[in-house]
Amino acid sequence: MLEIKNLHASVEGKEILKGINLEVHVGEVHAIMGPNGSGKSTLASVLAGSNTFEVTKGSIHYLGENLTELPPEDRARKGIFLGFQYPVEIPGVSMVNFMKTALNEQRKFKNLEPVSASDFLKLMREKKEIVEITSSLTNRSVNEGFSGGEKKKNEIFQMAILEPKLAILDETDSGLDIDALRIVAKGVNKLRNKDNATIIITHYQRLLEYIVPDFVHVMYKGNIVKSSGKDLALELEEKGYDWLKE
Amino acid sequence: MTTFELQKELTEIYTRNAKKIAKSTSHLINKHRTQAFGDFQKLGIPSRKNEDYRYTDLMAYLKGDYSYEIAPASFSVNLEELFRCDIPELNTHIVLVLNGFFYRKNNTTDLPEGVIIGSLADASLKYPEIINKHYAQYADTSFDSLAALNTLFAQDGVFIYIPKNTHLDKPIQIINLGFSFKNLRITRRNLFVVEEGSAASVLVCDHTLCKASFITNSLTEIYIGKHSKFDYVRMQNENSISSQISNTFIRQESNSKLSSNTISLHGGLIRNNYFAKLAGEGAENYTHGLFFCEDKQHVANYVHIHHLKPHCKSDQLFKGILDGEATGAFNGKILVDKYAVKTMAYQRNNNILLSKKAKMNTKPQLEIYNDDVKCSHGATVGQIDESALFYLRSRGISNEQARHLLMFAFANEVIDKINLDPLKDRMNDMVNKRLKGELSRCENCNVQLN
Repeated sequence: MLEIKNLHASVEGKEILKGINLEVHVGEVHAIMGPNGSGKSTLASVLAGSNTFEVTKGSIHYLGENLTELPPEDRARKGIFLGFQYPVEIPGVSMVNFMKTALNEQRKFKNLEPVSASDFLKLMREKKEIVEITSSLTNRSVNEGFSGGEKKKNEIFQMAILEPKLAILDETDSGLDIDALRIVAKGVNKLRNKDNATIIITHYQRLLEYIVPDFVHVMYKGNIVKSSGKDLALELEEKGYDWLKE
Repeated sequence: MTTFELQKELTEIYTRNAKKIAKSTSHLINKHRTQAFGDFQKLGIPSRKNEDYRYTDLMAYLKGDYSYEIAPASFSVNLEELFRCDIPELNTHIVLVLNGFFYRKNNTTDLPEGVIIGSLADASLKYPEIINKHYAQYADTSFDSLAALNTLFAQDGVFIYIPKNTHLDKPIQIINLGFSFKNLRITRRNLFVVEEGSAASVLVCDHTLCKASFITNSLTEIYIGKHSKFDYVRMQNENSISSQISNTFIRQESNSKLSSNTISLHGGLIRNNYFAKLAGEGAENYTHGLFFCEDKQHVANYVHIHHLKPHCKSDQLFKGILDGEATGAFNGKILVDKYAVKTMAYQRNNNILLSKKAKMNTKPQLEIYNDDVKCSHGATVGQIDESALFYLRSRGISNEQARHLLMFAFANEVIDKINLDPLKDRMNDMVNKRLKGELSRCENCNVQLN
């Protein structure tokens, strides 16, 4: 599904990603761990098409197509979803309008009719249950005045509405208390199926107790320095990252 | 042409036509011309050396060959045909003003007892007491020379009178049309009086009907009596070779409430001056504005709110979106007198520049002479928030649509403050179209704009 080859990316001339190689297949869950500043969030942003970073070398193939030149909206329409570490507050744009516009743009891309108002409301109701968010949140402006936990739940809510093929969750667990973490993890697990894939970026092993990955990768200084099965996360929890930094 | 030459030209036009101008109105209006003449001679046309006009290069827009008409145009307008302005669910008393003159065939019916909507020139003959009490009492001609110029040339406009304890349910809609085959100077003078314990709302739509260039000098005096409420919404939508200088002078008595929203959608030069005096305790003044400009257009809002009495509240919010080589200016001042304790006064100006050449000058000011107040002011000039843009695009929304959503959200804060819901919806719709570049005219209205 996703094939990253020798990916280099930089910001303002400073190289952050230094030759990433990663393959993700349908039905898999990959966890990317690593210390602060290792390039995890950069990788997530580059995959989603942020223009803050410049891809200087290498390629990203998704469902057989090279993504590197594709704008973020086209990537989203093809099924890539980024759960933001810091979801952006957008005063004046209502959640309902935002999600309806996004869903209809994706439907248009698939040559489907726009969703009707009543169907959309039904869909919102259904998906809200997955992440246990209250109605009042969706009546407000996008993320405006949301608590840290609400913002993260809102990311998973959007993911539930858009049903991506490849979800990249950037530090979805940061800033969450244990209850919110459980709800978010439950949401992600509910949305998992054999036709999609998930990349979870996290600092801590904690989230991986709830979302069990098939593979764990460790990033350090812009590279993946170790890849293994789910037990690697436990090993990291125990030993820290220092033993990998040679 | 220099400011001095223009001053000379305008003085000559006045002197040549003084008798004819005076003939159209009663002495209650004419008696103010002498003072205005002197003030205009003294002040001249404001150049950029004048601090209040530092960011507005009037001469760039006001020079050129223009005719002046001292009598209403003779052609007749089929109101029903021409102007089918239907704001859904908003039933209004429609009043047409053609090139500054109250249209003779205006016909407002079902007005509550004592309510007057009519021509200012007529009112000066028919209602001498009201005119004498209010006309030229709030417009300070010694301060702004364009106000002096207006008082000098004033012949007609709209006169509205709401007597004591009267609630006008239907809004009054004033449609100002510029229609001429040659370039034209227009003077427009309005007087709105809302007596104690009353409520009214006025919607003003400015349109140019053809490709001629208009220079409009518009002045409106508004008196709001004790415990009264006045909603004032303006939509400025003129062609890009026309200029409008509008002065609004407001006096508010105790516990009165003014809500003013000016949406400047289109125009070559738009300069809006607001002077409000909060002259009674507990008065509230909400002055809001939203503007869009592009190409070489210029929009300037100058706001002066004077707190004279305790426990008053004022709130200014002005927002602008500028593209192309457009320039904008905001000059807001809150003046709080020594005895105006417990004043609450706020002021905010936010602007988005869409291009590298667009320019915005903003100057929020506070001048406070007592220490028992709650005041704040602030201004921002920025671009579209890139992180918000990426967030929207990452959900599959196109760059264009995401920008549109963000600009609309930005503008919506001002529109949201309009108190009449049907009008709010209509303004939302107009702004939406304006942002999409689709706006040329209102729906169901044959007014063509360029």
